[in-house]
Amino acid sequence: MAEVEVKDSGKGGKKGQQKKMKIHVDFTPMVDMNMLLITFFMFCTTLSKPQTMEISMPTNDKVTEEEQNKVKESEAITILLGDNDRVFYYLGQPKYEDYTSLVESSYGADGLRALLLERNKTVVNKVKDLKERKKRKEIDEVTFDSLVTEAKKTKGSPVVMIKAKLADENGKNGASYRNLIDALDEMIICDIGRYAIVDITEGDLFLIENYEKKGALSDQIDTALKN
Amino acid sequence: MAKVKVKKKSTLIDMTAMSDVTVLLLTFFMLTSTFVQKEPVQVSTPSSVSEIKIPEINVLQVLIEPSGKIFISLDKQEDRVNVLNAMSSMYGVSFTPEQINKFRLANSFGVPIKQMPGFLDLKSDIQDKTLKNYGIPCDSTNNEFKEWVRAARKNNPDLKIAIKADQSTPYDKIKNVMSSLQDIKENRYNLLTSLKSLPAEEENN
Repeated sequence: MAEVEVKDSGKGGKKGQQKKMKIHVDFTPMVDMNMLLITFFMFCTTLSKPQTMEISMPTNDKVTEEEQNKVKESEAITILLGDNDRVFYYLGQPKYEDYTSLVESSYGADGLRALLLERNKTVVNKVKDLKERKKRKEIDEVTFDSLVTEAKKTKGSPVVMIKAKLADENGKNGASYRNLIDALDEMIICDIGRYAIVDITEGDLFLIENYEKKGALSDQIDTALKN
Repeated sequence: MAKVKVKKKSTLIDMTAMSDVTVLLLTFFMLTSTFVQKEPVQVSTPSSVSEIKIPEINVLQVLIEPSGKIFISLDKQEDRVNVLNAMSSMYGVSFTPEQINKFRLANSFGVPIKQMPGFLDLKSDIQDKTLKNYGIPCDSTNNEFKEWVRAARKNNPDLKIAIKADQSTPYDKIKNVMSSLQDIKENRYNLLTSLKSLPAEEENN
């Protein structure tokens, strides 16, 4: 391997006979240095680039507010991100007097995901079908993307509002950033095309409180209405 | 007495093959990896199933640590200088050429603009240690964060905004940043996450 044969035409030995000399090159220092460099690169660099989630928020203009109100009641799902990793949802308009209209759910597979997959069945099936076709190479990447975007616009697919609870005066009992990402993640998994992050309202906070007290606050509404 | 003859064996090990392997490994690491960016605080990002990769250049990264302090990093050095100049004329804070040069070399920044000249005068190792105690103000009375982003956008229209926040950050802090971005009509941005594999049923499809 690391040896070079040199033909030596020196005068040693018999005349006319060539002497073979072996030159060994010791590669050990070279290996040492390489190992050091590898260690350096392993500690000081990263192999993976961070993943990202692209979102677009509504503008502050008044137009979007009107559009928000246009959402059909049967299509709307409101997800409330509560404190301590809890999550609630209600369908359509909030019913303040009925505390059972708010349902507690979870970020796991049998929580929000089950609900959204059920509600968004048509779109999920369409996307599944498209994925299958892409796998069989019937359609290419670009058409796949445009078809998926189109499928997500199907009428009757749910519109999801994500509302996260803010912290109280002590800076506690609010939703965390992970909760928000988990909720957005469910939107991707369940192929929800239309969703928005909206500010939480007083009414939503009341719903959560009423749910926790098992409807004890419902009487207050009645008396408030009567007065 | 006959001596037991011990045959002399050469203990030379041929390192050529080993060298070949290490050089190959070295080449692999040099070509595939990117250097770790120095950040004022370590944050652990939440995981998601999203598989979109962040672009390598033209990124304005907003780092939000759990207590809500905000730091910004820009990847191009000339952008940093231009943005600093824009901010200095806006807030009436002047910088010496040495200070600007130090700012150019700093990867991320997050000091209120009034304290910036004093901070840049510090030695770089002290800067690294104390940077995490500052953070860019981002509230309704003094929203310097908004101005930084606005200046950066004006300077480089191709900039992409990426928010990197710790998973335990309260939503309030995130909302604060998001509404500041909304105020300056930055409605599309990225949220940095780490990869989580898709749920099993999705993968089977």
